[in-house]
Amino acid sequence: MSEPSTVETASPQSSLLYLEGVSKSYGALSVLRDISLGIEKGQVVCLIGPSGAGKSTLLRCVNHLETINGGTIHFEGKPVYRYMRDGKLVVDPERRVEAIRASIGMVFQSFNLFPHLTVLGNIVEAPIHVLHQPRAEARDNALALLAKVGLTDKAENYPHQLSGGQQQRVAIARALAMNPKLMLFDEATSALDPELVGEVLKVMRDLAAEGMTMLVVTHEMGFARDVSDAVVFMANGEIVEKGKPAEIFTAPSNQRTRQFLQTILHSEGMAGAA
Amino acid sequence: MTVVHEMLSFLPDLLQGALTTITVSLLAYVLALIGGLAFGLARLSPFLAVRSVATVYVQFIRGTPLLLQLFSIYYVLPYAGIVLSPFASGVLGLAINYSAYMAEVFRSGIQAVAAGQREAGQSLGMSRRLLMRRIILPQAFRIVIPPIGNFFVAIFKDSALVSVITMRDLMFTGELLASATFKHFEIFGMVAIIYFCISYPVAKFVEYVEARFDVQKRGQAIGVQQQQGPPAVVGTG
Repeated sequence: MSEPSTVETASPQSSLLYLEGVSKSYGALSVLRDISLGIEKGQVVCLIGPSGAGKSTLLRCVNHLETINGGTIHFEGKPVYRYMRDGKLVVDPERRVEAIRASIGMVFQSFNLFPHLTVLGNIVEAPIHVLHQPRAEARDNALALLAKVGLTDKAENYPHQLSGGQQQRVAIARALAMNPKLMLFDEATSALDPELVGEVLKVMRDLAAEGMTMLVVTHEMGFARDVSDAVVFMANGEIVEKGKPAEIFTAPSNQRTRQFLQTILHSEGMAGAA
Repeated sequence: MTVVHEMLSFLPDLLQGALTTITVSLLAYVLALIGGLAFGLARLSPFLAVRSVATVYVQFIRGTPLLLQLFSIYYVLPYAGIVLSPFASGVLGLAINYSAYMAEVFRSGIQAVAAGQREAGQSLGMSRRLLMRRIILPQAFRIVIPPIGNFFVAIFKDSALVSVITMRDLMFTGELLASATFKHFEIFGMVAIIYFCISYPVAKFVEYVEARFDVQKRGQAIGVQQQQGPPAVVGTG
């Protein structure tokens, strides 16, 4: 393959996450076509591109919320979920899928906090019931994470009592409580009022600075430019171009990338002016 | 005064019947809750066989009259060597009938929980069972409280049907007294009052439970209470 950048040095064995010719379709509609992409431990990779490009679907395939139709997903050097071995299709048992999911954190556009649990309850739920941590330990971890995202005083509140930005920070803390090896962000700031985007991006920047491995679907070009080790531009279910942010943002080699960036950076400029 | 007097003279017998009505209804309701949840979950089972059995049960029970189901249990089962007392038949009949309706309520309640909740749980590594128990069902219960509460009010009244299989509930006792004394107005008047005296507090209780488990509403209720001062100047003139 001809892609430049750090991404091409990746291999299924060395990468934390490696997608090998992944494809996904709903009936006749093909949403992902032959996607190959690797993420090394500690890397931040941003997926950008127009809506309908398949960015979110790709992210959801990584923790098996969507099932792929072709190719192989490798996690920690091993094929996972559904893969071919000796010419036969292997389907991982639910237990293995659950164990892999437990080590991959996901943050959703719509937060998806559990409305019947308090903020603290949301964060300790999976550590207690999935990882079987002692209650006190889970609680201490949760409070430390809440301090990290700046919401110590909201521990006993219910999600509906929080702003969108606060809810999303709780959602990030909830994912981090599982000590994930990889964090997936699915347009984590897209549902937020503009004035609340910053507080969530700050948490994400801090996380990246600490060395968390992150795969981020985002429309925040500033974040992608500043934080990521690699930027992947997708359109129509395919990777059009990938490279270091400096390359992608200053000298994109592909016409479609140029067009997309022109449009989005132009509208961002307008938003900034307004 | 004599009418009231006569009405009161029937009270001990009628209250005895009312006690049976309450017992039958409560037992049947608890069984129907358990059965309804089980069949509701079965309707959503990943296994086709389980799903099919539950679907047939729900559709068949909902498609036949409660009266016929009571007759079937009391008069037809004995042909198969199963003889149940009027009490057992009444409880079982009501429970089976209500469980089918409750199954549909539980199923739709579970399906009404936002898809994002399931995905959030899955992404945290939760198993199917854990997800259902800790995330989906607690939310589904809140959704189904109003319809399930309505069933609780309704079952006390529907339980009057068990009188047809000679169970001495409130209705049956009323019929017996009426046919012996021909005091239809007094007796059925009393019966109506007693049914209402059972149903009304039950309805109020259901309202309370609804408010108690609605987190949003509870927040509002607390807000209202805080605003309420003493009823200041009303009626001091």
